[in-house]
Formats: sequence, structure tokens, C-alpha cells
Amino acid sequence: MSRRPELLIPIVFEAGNTALRKVANWRSNRPVIERRLCTNCLICWIYCPEPAIYMDNEGNVQIDYDHCKGCGICAEECPRKAIKMVMENV
Amino acid sequence: MQVSKLLDLYGREGLSPGHSACQGCGATIAVRQVLLAAEPPYIVVSPTGCLEVISTPYPYTAWRVPWVHVAFENAAAVASGIEAALRVLERKGLGRRHKIIVIGGDGGTFDIGLQAISGAFERGHDLLYVCYDNEAYMNTGIQRSAATPIGSVTTTTPAGKRERKKDIVSILVSHGSPYVATASPHLWKDLANKVRKAQSIEGPTFLHIVAPCPRGWYYDSSLTIKIAKLAVETRVFPIYEVENGKYRINYLISRPRPVEEYLRLQSRFAYLLRPENAALLEEFKRWVEERWNQLLKLAAAFPP
Amino acid sequence: MTGNEAVAYAVKQADVDFISAYPITPQTIIVERLSEYVSSGEVDAEFVPVESEHSALSACIGASLTGARVFTSTSSQGLALMHEVMYIASGLRCPIVMAVANRALSAPLNIHGDHSDIMGSRDSGWVLIFAENPQEVYDYIIQAFRLAEHPEVLLPVAVNLDGFTVSHSSEPVAVLEDAVVRSYLPRNPRPRLEYEEPSSFGVFALPSHYFEFKVEQERVLRRAGELVEEISRAYPNSHGRLVKLSKFNEDGRIAVICMGGTTGTVRHALKHHGLEDFSLISLKLFSPFPGKELLEALSEAEGVVVMDRATSPGAALPPLASNVAATLYEGGVSLPLLSVVYGLGGREPTLKMVLEMLDKAEERLRARGRAVSRMYLGYGGGVA
Repeated sequence: MSRRPELLIPIVFEAGNTALRKVANWRSNRPVIERRLCTNCLICWIYCPEPAIYMDNEGNVQIDYDHCKGCGICAEECPRKAIKMVMENV
Repeated sequence: MQVSKLLDLYGREGLSPGHSACQGCGATIAVRQVLLAAEPPYIVVSPTGCLEVISTPYPYTAWRVPWVHVAFENAAAVASGIEAALRVLERKGLGRRHKIIVIGGDGGTFDIGLQAISGAFERGHDLLYVCYDNEAYMNTGIQRSAATPIGSVTTTTPAGKRERKKDIVSILVSHGSPYVATASPHLWKDLANKVRKAQSIEGPTFLHIVAPCPRGWYYDSSLTIKIAKLAVETRVFPIYEVENGKYRINYLISRPRPVEEYLRLQSRFAYLLRPENAALLEEFKRWVEERWNQLLKLAAAFPP
Repeated sequence: MTGNEAVAYAVKQADVDFISAYPITPQTIIVERLSEYVSSGEVDAEFVPVESEHSALSACIGASLTGARVFTSTSSQGLALMHEVMYIASGLRCPIVMAVANRALSAPLNIHGDHSDIMGSRDSGWVLIFAENPQEVYDYIIQAFRLAEHPEVLLPVAVNLDGFTVSHSSEPVAVLEDAVVRSYLPRNPRPRLEYEEPSSFGVFALPSHYFEFKVEQERVLRRAGELVEEISRAYPNSHGRLVKLSKFNEDGRIAVICMGGTTGTVRHALKHHGLEDFSLISLKLFSPFPGKELLEALSEAEGVVVMDRATSPGAALPPLASNVAATLYEGGVSLPLLSVVYGLGGREPTLKMVLEMLDKAEERLRARGRAVSRMYLGYGGGVA
């Protein structure tokens, strides 16, 4: 919500608050990273349209499942084929 | 500051996830990369289009940087106003100069926005104009634009577009822009360095980025990067830069892949690949060929 | 100085930051004069010579959103061209001040004065002020900045001056000192584009939100009308205060309502030709329409003559008459009304024509009783 609700104006003052929207239900498949194959090269990260991929505190690449739409680009582009697209449980 | 590895770019994202872009949207990949490479402080201006609509559904915004949208055809004019106003505000101690990045689609750039860009570039404002080219008016449901390539099926060209793609790069080069370049989101390093280079140059600069669209080009959403790569490797979308009128081809494709490899993956070209339309396909190939040869000649005649 | 020169002078004194305008007759002098001031350093501002009026207002919006004090100016076709951007300027709450040297609209092409250009944009959510002469132009431009930038307002304001008759006529104008104008126009912080305060301006609103934005704009515009008194009371020259309307000859039974340059001609007619039956209501604020003040001014009237320098083809009445009729209806008042259309395309109503109008007014009003009667002043060279 706009941080300044008293100002009914078409300006949004809360930068980047689309992060509050969970678009997870858009996807039919989810990417799953196979740890032993992943080298944390970050190629999946640079090609993610959302971005729904990030590096955690240990330097491991992780999928942000709240925001991943399941497009499959990461799985397609991973040089090690370390990402598999798995069907979502319905 | 040159970008050499992905970790150089890892950091504060300009775009937040949770926006309404389609799965596999090429435009958001390109925009993300531009913003990761851009050096703050900057302000983003967008015309009406896919990017603007998917990124700001009130009361939400995906932009983590200052952003403004006014109308469809005036992004470059708005940017001119911001650029000039910040100069004077800094002089008066009431504000500070920012880098200005206009990010617009091919619709708001090649067609309706062309007057404003022409004016802005002629006046020489210090700004970077990034055009994400998904080759049609995608936001309104895939109608043809001047950036639609020949033979492409859109809702307003159901039998394939007859006209060639407008050459936006040469239009802006003839405006005397100090830096005009093309880029592709699959070549992230090239794209990032071009953004930094353009920003470091004073004056109006332009970056033309190919942005495959799973909806409008009709392909599976996972193939966006692959299709961008094929566009470059078949010479359909050459990667080059023009600095002060001097041409440099960044990716000299000496053994191009056959154009069919690129066309086959996209159902918008299914019409073009039908045997009865062989003449139109020839026209397409001729366009790619002629443009590449012209580029080679320009690079030879005006080397950096 | 002429009306145009008065505009430029006032804008210069107002410590404007950014000017972006495109030349068009009869406003061109404003652009040229401001360009000279910027070039000579008399005003520290950026002047961007854009390639069209649409880009002019667009650049102004961009500049306004950085927190700058912004000015532009246009007429006729230029105003029509920037029409879509006018709605956006008010929707985004940009305190832009614009001078409009009112001129007729094509087709056929005509470069002379009438109000049809601004009437075409009367729904765009701008505050619309009409000046009678160069002195008022000067005073109102300065007050326009203060009204526009008021923290409760933040709306664009247009000051209208009749093309050629006010824009190009020269009169003595009493000006304030630079420092006095500056202290009258302090800077107020407002939401702006700045990397450390990232906000998104001009977002996309679905049906779930749009309605509320628009109704809010109506409320803000009305509030701007309420604040006219506050900002004009602070104006250093008490004779130059912006009022919503002024009345001449309180005792007149028949009120003549007029806006812009012709008001002077009517006032002269009433003053010097013994027409005591008539009073003149000079309307300065057209949007937000000062209904309350108008009803008060008409409380003793037995009939009303409304002079419009524009037509509204296909509408029930021309713009000003329409607003007056609606105001009367809203106030539960029924008065004979004569709607006069005059001066289209620069056919100036001379003193003789105005006298003829006043002469025929009473009989026209009486002839139709409570209904509306019409007159075209100057049509075919006479009174129709």
C-alpha cells in the first residue's frame, strides 16, 4: 500500500513493493537445483526475468519460490544442466 | 568500470519480482540487466507499453529506483525536461543531477515516440535511451510496428508484414548521437559494458536490445535466451556499436546459422515458412543479407 | 508593456527554473522574451526549445516532477496538440503554470483571438484564470505560481489572455520589485524524482482504483478555489489581488457576465453611457467555477447576459453560459438568460457593437421570459 494514504495521487512511494505479491501460482512447473551439479556460476540468475533467483549467505544459488513463474529459462540455459523443471503438485 | 564476470553485476536489483510480466519475458531480462549495470544515481522514464503496465499496478510498483511514466509518445520529451531541470536545480542548490535512462518498447520508440526522440537527440540532452525491441505492439495484443520484421504475422498483418524493419540505429546515428549500439540479453557482458559506456558518454546515447516475447513470437517461454542467441547467430540481429559515426561490429558472425533455424522456433513465422510463401522468405533472407553487407561496408569505411 | 511582455516579466521575477515552449502566434513573444532573459542571465533557468507543444508540456511534467518551478505557454493549435498531456499534468499533480494567449481553432485557420482553445480543455482539471489586461496578466501569473505550488493544491494553472487584444496591446503595468516577488513565492517540498527517495510516478490504475483518483482531483480543484483568497491576501500589491469575480455597478438589474479583454469594453460602455440598469460581473476564475460567489453577485439581478467568446457546437449552451445556467439551476434560481456569442476568430466587439447589444438585451430577455435567448454579436457585421 502507498506509504502516504492521505495523498490520493497516482504515485507509489513504496519502492519495489510488488515483492509482496506472490506470483507463485502462475507456474505449472518449478525449477529444482541439483546441488551436486551446481557450481553457482550465476548464469540462471542473470537470465531470470523476475528475478526469482538469488545467492544466499553461503554463496549458493537459490530459487525464490514465492516469485518464480516457472518459465524454464534457468533450466534451459544452465551450462551444467543442474536445474530440472518438475511438475507442481496440484 | 568494465564488467568482466557475473559477480561484478550481482547487487542491488533495480526491478523487484512480483510484477505481471509474462513467464519468460525477454524485455524484463533486458531491463534487469540494464539496471544492474547502470551506475547510480539515475532516474528511469518509461513510455506506455508492456514494461510500464506490468511493473506498476497501483498500489504496487516493481521499481526500486525513481521512475516516471507520462504517456506513450513523449518519454524522450519527459526525459529532456528532467535532465534540464536537474541541471538548473543543482546550480541553485535545490537538487542534484542524475543519470537519465529512458526504457521504452519498440512501439514508443520507432513509431509514435520518434518525434520526441528526434527532438531530444537533436538538442543533445545527456540521457541514455534503451529500447527493448519485441518487434510489435505487444501490450495491446501483438499489432505490427515499424520494428516488426518482414514476414512476421501479427494481428494487423495476418498475412505477414510486407515492409522491412525500420533501421532505428542509422536514424539516430544521423542525428549525431555520440553512441548508438545494439545488444542482446544473452550477451550479458556485452550489454552491461555498453550500458556503462553509454552512461559515461555525455550526450544522447541509444541502446537497441532485442527482447524475444513468448506470447507475440509464439514459442515456449523457456526459449527466450536461446532465440535471442539465434537472432544474433543468424545475423538477423547484428550486434554492433557506432561511436561518433565510427562503426564496430562486436560479434562478427563469419559462419552464420541458416535463418530457418531462427524462424522455425517461432510460430509468428510459420506463415513465412510455408512453401507457397517462398518469395516472402527470400525477401526476408535478402533483407538480412543486404543489411549485413551494408554493415560490413560501413565498418570498413568508418572504422573506429 | 504588452500582455505577452507582462507574462515574460512576471515569470522572470518568479525565479522560474525551467521553461519549455514552442512558438505559436500570438504567444511567440513570450517564448522569445524568456529565451532572451535566459540567454542574458537575467533569469537562472533552463530553456528547452522543444519540437512541438506536446513535447513542451511533457518536458514540463518531467521537470516539474524533479521539484522545479516550471512554466510554458501556448495558444490554439498548440493547446489542442497538448490536450492529452494536460489531463496527465493535473492527474500527476504537477504545479505547472501556463500562459495561454487565446486564439481561435482551425479549421478554417485563424490566428486571431477567441476563447475556443482553452474551452476545449476545460475538463482537464486545470485551474483556469482569465486576465482582462496586461496588469492583471502580470499579477495573476505571479499568484498562479503560489496557488499551483500550495501544498494542498499541487495543480497546474493556466492564465488566459485574449490573443492580440491583450497579448499585444501595450499598457502601463505596475511591477513589484524582484526581491518582493521572490519572498512571495517561497519553495515548498513536494514528492519528487530523487534516487534516495525512489518513487514511481504515473502508475497504472485498474477500475478498482481509478474512480477514487478522479473524484479526489475534483475535490482538490475545489480546494484550490477556496485557497484563492488566502494566496491573494498575501500578494504584496493589494490592487492586484486575484479575485474570483469582480462586480461593477452593484445596483444594476441586468447582470452582464464577461471574461477576458472584452470586459473592459463593457465596463467602459456602462461607465460612460449612463447605462445604470446594467451591472458587470467580470469573471476571473473559470475553473473551479465560483458558483457560490456568482449566485451572491446575482442575488438582486432580474436578468443575466452571458458573453461567450467561444461556441460549443452540439451542446445546450456555449461554455460560460452553460456553467452560469447550471449554477443558477443548482442554486434554485430561475432568471431570464441571454447567451451572447461574440468575437469568434478575432472579430473584436467594438464599443458600438457592445452598446447595440446592451440596447437589445432587455427586449430579448423580456421576449423569452424565463427561457434562454441567444445572440451572435458581430455575426454578418451586425447583431444576430
